[in-house]
Amino acid sequence: MNAIILSALLGVVMMFSGILTKNKSVLKYIAAVGLLLLIAFNVMDTYAIFKFEINSRGLLSFEKFGLYFNTLAFAATFIYVLLSGSDIERAGINVAEYFALIFFVLCGLSILSGFNGMLMLFLGIEILSIPLYILTGSDKRNLKSNEAALKYFLMGSFTTGIMLMGIAFFYGATGSFTLNAPPVIPTTGMVNPSFLHVGGLLLLFVAMAFKVSAAPFHFWTPDVYDGAPSVFTSFMATIVKAAGFVAFIRLFQSQAIALGPTWKIILSIVIILTLMIGNITAVFQQSVKRMLAYSSIAQAGFMLFALFSSNDLAKEGILLYSVAYSLATIGIFAVLIKMDDYTFDGFNGLSKSHPVLAFTTTVFLLSLAGIPLTAGFFAKYYMLASVVKEGGSIWLVIVALFFAAVSVYYYFRVIQAMYFKEGDATTAPISGAFKLALIVVAGLVILLGIFPSIILNGFYF
Amino acid sequence: MIPVLLILLPLLTGIISFFIKEENAAKGWGLLSAVLTLTVAIAGVYFYPAAQLSFDSAWLPSLGSRFAMSMDGMSKMLVLLTAISFPLIFIATYKNQYKNPGSFYALMLLTQTGLMGVFVANDALLFYFFWELALIPVYFLCSLWGGEKRIAVTFKFFIYTFIGSLMMLAGILYMYFQTADHSFAWQSFYNVQLASEKQLFVFWLFFVAFAIKMPIFPFHTWQPDAYEQSPTATTMVLSGIMVKMGIFAVIKWLLPFFPTASDQFAQWIILLSVIGMLYASLIAIRQDDIKRLIAYSSIAHIGLMSATLFTGSRVGLEGVMIQMFNHGINVIGLWIVADAIEQQLGTRKFSELGGLAQKAPSLAILLVVMAFANIALPLTNAFIGEFLMFNGLFHYNIWITAVAGISIILAAVYTLNMVQKVFYGNTTDVTSNAIDISGNIRLALVILVVLVIALGVYPQPMIDLTKDTVGATMAGK
Repeated sequence: MNAIILSALLGVVMMFSGILTKNKSVLKYIAAVGLLLLIAFNVMDTYAIFKFEINSRGLLSFEKFGLYFNTLAFAATFIYVLLSGSDIERAGINVAEYFALIFFVLCGLSILSGFNGMLMLFLGIEILSIPLYILTGSDKRNLKSNEAALKYFLMGSFTTGIMLMGIAFFYGATGSFTLNAPPVIPTTGMVNPSFLHVGGLLLLFVAMAFKVSAAPFHFWTPDVYDGAPSVFTSFMATIVKAAGFVAFIRLFQSQAIALGPTWKIILSIVIILTLMIGNITAVFQQSVKRMLAYSSIAQAGFMLFALFSSNDLAKEGILLYSVAYSLATIGIFAVLIKMDDYTFDGFNGLSKSHPVLAFTTTVFLLSLAGIPLTAGFFAKYYMLASVVKEGGSIWLVIVALFFAAVSVYYYFRVIQAMYFKEGDATTAPISGAFKLALIVVAGLVILLGIFPSIILNGFYF
Repeated sequence: MIPVLLILLPLLTGIISFFIKEENAAKGWGLLSAVLTLTVAIAGVYFYPAAQLSFDSAWLPSLGSRFAMSMDGMSKMLVLLTAISFPLIFIATYKNQYKNPGSFYALMLLTQTGLMGVFVANDALLFYFFWELALIPVYFLCSLWGGEKRIAVTFKFFIYTFIGSLMMLAGILYMYFQTADHSFAWQSFYNVQLASEKQLFVFWLFFVAFAIKMPIFPFHTWQPDAYEQSPTATTMVLSGIMVKMGIFAVIKWLLPFFPTASDQFAQWIILLSVIGMLYASLIAIRQDDIKRLIAYSSIAHIGLMSATLFTGSRVGLEGVMIQMFNHGINVIGLWIVADAIEQQLGTRKFSELGGLAQKAPSLAILLVVMAFANIALPLTNAFIGEFLMFNGLFHYNIWITAVAGISIILAAVYTLNMVQKVFYGNTTDVTSNAIDISGNIRLALVILVVLVIALGVYPQPMIDLTKDTVGATMAGK
């Protein structure tokens, strides 16, 4: 409960600090300190040192997994603020509000990692989404940003309707909002779900698939990610998306049984579609930002494996994947924001003008492609291992590996542009601190690629 | 500790080399590192007790993967090959000019790290790590310092091998969940008794990765282009050592795990290999470029090795072991000659060369010895290896042997043709002002020629060195 309360409070604090100070970079430091506080209080909650208790009547339940995910997400946000904080200042005039909205998103995230009832799921998703609609449109003089925000809002609201319908069906079938496993017939051991129950779950599945941009509910993603100010795309595509997955897993790990064997069939189709559309479309992009939008769909395909094989490896895997993917993507976006030209050609010759930027971007890209010695390798490894462990679906692993090979194509195009092509990539001025921060993040990516247990130990101890 | 040293030494010196700006310093540093590694390798293989040759430490306890390394005969032999090759390559290309020499030598040393790791790893996940680690620096080497078409060609090479690696990863994962103790250790994989229908499937996951690396027909299409476009120093590593990764992996990570599947598919793989030998030899005859000729000739030689591997014959396997080392030595020698010619005259085309023997007599003599080794003439090192391999193949099937034998004749045709066109006949505009090779190339080639003749006359040390691996592999049959 610490995280939910504190993040909401910090959001309010950020709003008021915008009135008290006109100095924009002070706001960044307040946000960074706030995030450190948030991490500290969440850790205290995890180890029962100090915690607020409010009786939520079973609607919220905090376990190690969710709380640990909060810690990782706050830490990733902290890194995000360090790397891109000064770019948030440049995104528009209402800087304090942007930081406040980010804290509200984190509040929604902490609800999603701890919900135990459908009402909390709904609240969490809405608290998470509404600030995002605003952030997407924050560049209000830019037509593309406006278009993206409107599209995101309309599609998002529509999905909210579907989700509410699903929740209503679910309530009608079970008479409760809590996530109890469906009743089992004692004689056969089989589940006998009602039509309403199954229908409700399917509607919820569609709504959640929309939130994590799984195909065929991904159509909003490229436009929104491309249209939003890059600095907020970075946040949306990483931490927010990971939160969506955690909620998705929480919802279906107890309920998937009601769908019987169809569950795995539906999910396999969605996974393959997501991998296919994400990877194949990314190949044809001319803009690195748009390529990253499609790549984020492709990465979602891999993260869906955690849903497919809900075993302990999958849980460890989604944590590792969230961290690996978030670090790499935040890093790439931090570099991308500095670039004057977002196309592939805009990166030509970056290794000559900015060797540090080129090198760290290479590390991030290798991680996204899942090359060993980077965190991305173990992230993919855990996902695939969890599927093999379930048994019987090795074909799905081979399909996924095929698309992982396709992904190398578009990630390496950036590397080729930076190192092998002639050109003079121009960037905004780069500060020494920014380079240092990039090197630290790249170092983390490599460190996790050799010892992924650093992340996973925190889960168990 | 020896395996750890063999990995750490090139790794650390390589990372330092990234920061060296001055050309001579970078070259000196690279050479120093390679010589040091050679010293450690020789000391480890010949002078240190066997206990020093293995290393085991915790790495990822929750996954069941350990930082486990050991060296058997085959791995000693390949470690020696790697350790000998790098100083020779650095000496032979000492006068070549590179932009950013520090990074060039750094990436070369990182490649050496990966190769050493592949040859000593005794844990499947660790093996996979080094397998990839050997690939990434080569990708950058070829793309940054290669020929005109380098970017597309290298990318093809990368995608090919990466797809192979991913399939192997799926195979490793599958095997991992079959092990009783959930471990990646070689021994645990070995203890898995897979049902034969499962073997038939998992076998391919591993084999395709190795077949692409070797490469055998029809997975070879990346190879001639990649060899041609890479900077020659990297080509030497690719064809001298890196293709051995594939053969090594088949012997260590494939045959012992899937005996039934290996038997089942043996005839098809042998057939493909022999087709590849003939096909590559025929194409080699038509080449007008020294580098492409050597590339195709290399496919033919590797084809013979992979065919012999699957015959399950003991003599044949002994032949493969010897030939892995000797092919490395010989092909590096040929590349050095090709590079010497290209650096001096700026062309590799036969049609523009000729009469070089008059201008560069010592290069001609050294090349002729290398060429004889390439056709496996008696008293050269390759003879004994090919003899043993054909012996193994003969016991398997006489017709296959006969067809494979044609490739020996073809090898003589294209190799002698190359010698004749480049070194004899009348001098052309290009070669009329040629001078003889410089001291560094002479030194490297002389060392190689001494090795060629020494191992050709007295191959016993190589046979003894790899005896234990041959015995262990055969015991599983």
